[in-house]
Parts: sequence; C-alpha cells; structure tokens
Amino acid sequence: MPTSNNLPPQNRGLTAIAGAMSLIVVLLIVQIWLLSAALESFLSGNHHSALPAAIFSGVLFLICLGLYAFVDRVDAEVRGSGGGR
Amino acid sequence: MNWLRRGTSEPLWKEEFSVRTADERYVTRRQLTKFLVLTSLGMFVGNIWILIRSIFYKAAIYPQQPVAQLGEIPVGGVKLFSYPTKDDHCIMIRTANDEYVGYSQKCTHLSCAVYYSQAENRLECPCHKGFFSIKDGAVLQGPPSRPLPRIILEARGEQLIAIEVKG
Repeated sequence: MPTSNNLPPQNRGLTAIAGAMSLIVVLLIVQIWLLSAALESFLSGNHHSALPAAIFSGVLFLICLGLYAFVDRVDAEVRGSGGGR
Repeated sequence: MNWLRRGTSEPLWKEEFSVRTADERYVTRRQLTKFLVLTSLGMFVGNIWILIRSIFYKAAIYPQQPVAQLGEIPVGGVKLFSYPTKDDHCIMIRTANDEYVGYSQKCTHLSCAVYYSQAENRLECPCHKGFFSIKDGAVLQGPPSRPLPRIILEARGEQLIAIEVKG
C-alpha cells in the first residue's frame, strides 16, 4: 500500500492541493451561512451582529487567501521540479 | 490577484494554458482554487456592505395617518390599508371590542400577502404555509424566520391613527 512518502512527487502535490481545496470549500460554506445570518439579523432590526460577522468573515477570507498561496506554492514547486511532466 | 503570483519568468498565458498534459491537472485545480477564493472575497464584501448599512442606519420617521373609524369593523373583522406609503399594504384586525392590531401584509419569507384566518385566529401566508401570531406577529410555523412588522395604532377621538412601524 503506497504511503505519502513513496508517492511520486506530482501525486503528493495533487493530494496537498485537494486537501487545501476541501478546506476552502468548508470555509466557504461557513461564510455563506454567516452572510445569510447577518442579513437576516440586519433585516429584523438587530444591528449589533454586523461587526462580529464582518470580522469573522474577513478572518475566513484571509485563511482562504493563505490556502490559495499554499496551493500556488505547491503548484510552482511540483511543476518547477519537473514533477508534473 | 497578480501580487500573489510567484516570481517566474514565464508569462501568465503559459502558466494558465500548459502545453504538457500532466500539468493540466495542476492548472485546473489552481484555477478552481482561485475562483473559490474570489467567492470568499464576495462573501466578505457582502458582510462589509451589511456593516456599512448598519453603521449609517437612520431610524425612519413615520407619518401619522388615520386608517379607520372606531367601530367601523366588527370584532373578528378585517380592514386593509396602506401605511406608511401607498405601496406598503397592511392588515388591521379587531380582536376585541376595544382592541385593534395592525401588521404589514407582506410575509417576511417571500413577500406574499398574508390574510387573517378567523377559524385559527392567526395570520396565514398562502404561498408556503407560514403562520403568524395575531398577538405580536411572531412566527408560529413555516419558513419565515422573522415576525411581521407591526403597525402601532392609536385611538384619537373616533379615529384610529397609524403612528409607527415596529420590526
């Protein structure tokens, strides 16, 4: 049974990217829920939840951005080393 | 997001349209990741928009408008009126001899017009079976998640005056 150490480099890169993408999808689902909850709260006249919702959403966006940078770096490393050939 | 691009000497079109078949798997995944991050940015912008609207929110000033005569409708009867503008349809119910309640007629789910069910003593939305309490407009059942906006009514002489919308 292959482990992560004896996989070819291109497959290791793909596994890392797939993991990062899954995490981004989970964070996006949380952000969608957050947006709908903040909107619902705003429409019902409660304006106090807008600030924490915006801060939390910003943090989630920054995490997504960090994961994208990670994907980009893995992509550059694997393809740069000829692993994608 | 050009500032995120790695410092390669290859032009962007070469990175995005790879000649090698094996590289294609990386390009498609990277592009999908970029799209997901842009969606995340969209969600964040949406939250910022709500925050800006909350900060600059101003409480509305409502006109005082006569909507009915006292005793005009019987107990359990209903009168439709418009308040505060002629496009905001409302419903008034006489729940007791000297008790009147008024609500916006627009369901808080998808804006269908609610009606008064005398048999069940509640306001009902026929579109998706959302039911609201006659006492305070709270949701009793169904998809709406917010109560009906309440029209504050005041008796002055022989007239019922609408003075404010709450909620």
